[in-house]
Amino acid sequence: MNNNLYQYLLQLGDNALILGQRLCEWTGVAPELEIDLALSNIGLDLLGQANQWYEYAAELKGGDATPDTIAFLRDAHEYRNVQLVELPNGNFADTILRAVIFDTFNLLLHEALTQSSDQRIGAIAARAVKEIGYHARYCKNWTLRLGGGTEESHQKAQKALNDIWDYAFEALTPGPVDHWAKEAGIGPDLEQVKSKWEATLQQVFHQASLQIPKPGFVDRKAKSEGIHTEHLGYILAEMQFLQRAYPNLQW
Amino acid sequence: MQDIDVKSLETAFQDRIDQEIKIEPRDWMPEDYRKNLIRQISQHAHSEVVGMLPEKNWLTRAPTLKRKMALLAKIQDEGGHGLYLYSAAETLGVSREEMVRDLLSGKAKYASIFNYPALNWADMGVIGWLVDGAAIVNQVALQRTSYGPYSRAMIRICKEESFHQRQGYDICLQLARGSDEQKRMLQDAINRWWWPVLMMFGPHDSASAHSAQSMKWKIKRVSNDGLRQKFVDQTVPQLEFLKMTAPDPQLKWNEERGHYDFGEIDWDEFWNVVKGVGPCNKRRLAVRNKAHDDGAWVREAANAYAQKNN
Repeated sequence: MNNNLYQYLLQLGDNALILGQRLCEWTGVAPELEIDLALSNIGLDLLGQANQWYEYAAELKGGDATPDTIAFLRDAHEYRNVQLVELPNGNFADTILRAVIFDTFNLLLHEALTQSSDQRIGAIAARAVKEIGYHARYCKNWTLRLGGGTEESHQKAQKALNDIWDYAFEALTPGPVDHWAKEAGIGPDLEQVKSKWEATLQQVFHQASLQIPKPGFVDRKAKSEGIHTEHLGYILAEMQFLQRAYPNLQW
Repeated sequence: MQDIDVKSLETAFQDRIDQEIKIEPRDWMPEDYRKNLIRQISQHAHSEVVGMLPEKNWLTRAPTLKRKMALLAKIQDEGGHGLYLYSAAETLGVSREEMVRDLLSGKAKYASIFNYPALNWADMGVIGWLVDGAAIVNQVALQRTSYGPYSRAMIRICKEESFHQRQGYDICLQLARGSDEQKRMLQDAINRWWWPVLMMFGPHDSASAHSAQSMKWKIKRVSNDGLRQKFVDQTVPQLEFLKMTAPDPQLKWNEERGHYDFGEIDWDEFWNVVKGVGPCNKRRLAVRNKAHDDGAWVREAANAYAQKNN
């Protein structure tokens, strides 16, 4: 098995799965019914994407591996998502700011992946990129509304941005697997993605009258070394409960 | 308006109903017909929205990706049903805000079934199979209801509900073919949901406050007891196929009647849950209220932003 490719697929799949799982927590309790439906839509897209990345990963791994064994039967240190997506939903501003930072990256990443030298990755990305385009637009529009809405919403949005900004860079900081992917023509040069990402976000935040905090860089190593926040363990405990409590069954 | 005019309007109205011509939002209608419909449609909308909560409870613990996606899509459909039912009710001159306020204050009712807890994964199967199954039996009858917007909403909703029911039954089938633990989960879920599901059809016809007038106006097309019997008759073979049992020793086929006989519902429990004293009434309403209160600043921000950018 090409372990680099496998790890790269886990990065893609795990980001989608964990963010999708987080969005499931909003179901039934969003600020408005329309928002509830939109967040469910985004969650569904992400879970579907995770499933496709895992299908590919499971084929590479061979044996008894399936998308479900990959999703449900690893321990926290084996997940390759960035820390940003495992942060708690917080209030609606926390969720939206987390989303606008991540989705802006995710859209640029998937646009680049449509050109991947790996045709399977290119095909999955080509489908996903349309969905992620919608996610990015949705979160951008809400960032503008919250930033430019009321004083309270502005404060909440600014606080959310301040709180999570130092989680923003992990996705854009290349680890060994990203370097491999770039060399193999499978994935993009993250330095290039980063400059577009910064330009896009600067524009959005400017339009939303939000100040970008000083880049207090923290070297986060979830996607490269599996060093996560304390939150991931709880996410997995909940998500994996049935598979762990009643192993080897069909559901 | 003169009494005589109202009388002739009422006669004309009832004539249209009797001829199976749908009543549309701009048509004249008796005030009680309007009120009755607002009550029923808004109650139905609230049920869809509150009904998202028991299933949401297992969404983050769904055992496979496929089940998680299907459950999320189902809950999303329910939210969508809530939206178009609120819209249907709005055609009768009531705003969604007013309806939601009545739900949150406890003034408006929603289906009592959602005041029961979802305790294990099999509940996701049984809710789809039995709760949505019972809802479909009700709603198929409502497709022919006399009020146009409600009838059309029901036609659309029924299509999605049948899909949910199949999905629920598929979860049950998988568990029924599974390990002893999975069979135990399924039987446990059936035992807990069986009677509350039969209660979904409402009181006996003789004790139903709104039934007679609703039947005359064809808001309601089949009686509570008639629908309940229909549901039991179609469900028992599905139950037997799963090799599961119902918690009702009196449930048996009656050759003479050509229907299943079944035991008497615990009406004290029924009325208690309706009046707010059920296992989850307080919790469900508290969750809805908290979501509404927590979301207030978001809705205000959206309004303020829209006004500034108009």
